[in-house]
Amino acid sequence: MASTVHLLVATADREIYRGEASMVVAPGSAGDLGIYPKHAPLLCSLKAGELRVTKSDGVEVDEVFVSGGFMEVQPDMITVLADCAERAADVDMAATMEAARAAEELIAGKKDDLDFATAEAELAVATAKLAWLRKKKI
Amino acid sequence: MASAKEIRGQIKAIQNTGKITKAMEMVAASKMRKAQERVLAARPYAEGLANVIANLMQSHPEYRHPFVVEREVKRSGVIVITSDKGLCGGLNTNALKKVVSHLNAINGEADVFTIGRRGGTFLKRFKVNMVGAVENVPDSPEIVDVLGVIGLALDKYMRGELDEVHLVYSEFVNTMTQSPKLMRLLPCPLPKKATHEGYWDYLYEPDSKEVMDGLLRRYVESLVFHGVLENKACEQSARMVAMKAATDNAKEIVKDLSITYNKARQAAITQELAEICAGAAAS
Repeated sequence: MASTVHLLVATADREIYRGEASMVVAPGSAGDLGIYPKHAPLLCSLKAGELRVTKSDGVEVDEVFVSGGFMEVQPDMITVLADCAERAADVDMAATMEAARAAEELIAGKKDDLDFATAEAELAVATAKLAWLRKKKI
Repeated sequence: MASAKEIRGQIKAIQNTGKITKAMEMVAASKMRKAQERVLAARPYAEGLANVIANLMQSHPEYRHPFVVEREVKRSGVIVITSDKGLCGGLNTNALKKVVSHLNAINGEADVFTIGRRGGTFLKRFKVNMVGAVENVPDSPEIVDVLGVIGLALDKYMRGELDEVHLVYSEFVNTMTQSPKLMRLLPCPLPKKATHEGYWDYLYEPDSKEVMDGLLRRYVESLVFHGVLENKACEQSARMVAMKAATDNAKEIVKDLSITYNKARQAAITQELAEICAGAAAS
């Protein structure tokens, strides 16, 4: 496929990914969204999950983990403003499991509502990341 | 004239101080480079977000989010970004002067949120209402370090307890120059130019209000975070310059003291010789 769309994935402190893509699958808050070039303008929130980027050759796929944020789609460009994002190569399984464990501990000994809500959010992100890492291993 | 021994002690002490300031200068220089890199690294997100907001505003003019609506100003808030540590020249003083002149302009009645310890200790002396503070911002700040205090300001604004919020931070011009900057944060300064002009609207998921709310919040957060990063770069470069001046001064003083020391030493020898001669002549 000849046509591509420009993709930028950035978090508040750095740029994670920039390049041409022939298809992007994003974890929208209401379900996964597959976006081809020349998509109608779309603005959506994202939940924790993987962002699959099919590169311009239509074969090679890059994966980026995002833990929520927003995505803007224009016919010629996609901007993902992630709250936290990691390239597949950067994600460390051990650190992720540690984070999940810490969050579970927090929930088990829940102190007040605020802590509980934070822990739950952390756990959701960590489990999503773990699920993704496990899937990649198989 | 002080004795040669005393002067030698002074020289030693000043040389040691000079060594410390020299080390601090080099540390600040390397931290400055990192801080500048972080300012640059954060740019794609800020620009991407500004573009989205610009598009949003021109494609969807009928919905007015509270963050963009002007209202009569009864109560103001100020977010003040300073450094945690001193020894960085006039950086914080200049920023705080800006805060004070702003406070005077609004009759001194304001809610203050501080990021960095210096601003907090200084503004305590005024009759302002200190609402939130963040101290010990790390050298490589993450946005989560400052989200709490921004959240406080945003919530107060949403509840109508504040009608405008300003941000004061130091802007990095170059290594030698940092200029204090005052900008209005809420109601939001809107980016001017949309990347995609014309009549169209987004598809929203889940719905436009939720998406816009989240985006504008992040926009304000990213503006403050940018201020924090700039301020870090300023702090390190100001410290580098201040420490360089201190090292130069130490060298100058050591030079002067060495001359005094040599004079004192010579005077002592001359006197001793004179005494010996006088003694020899007398015997």
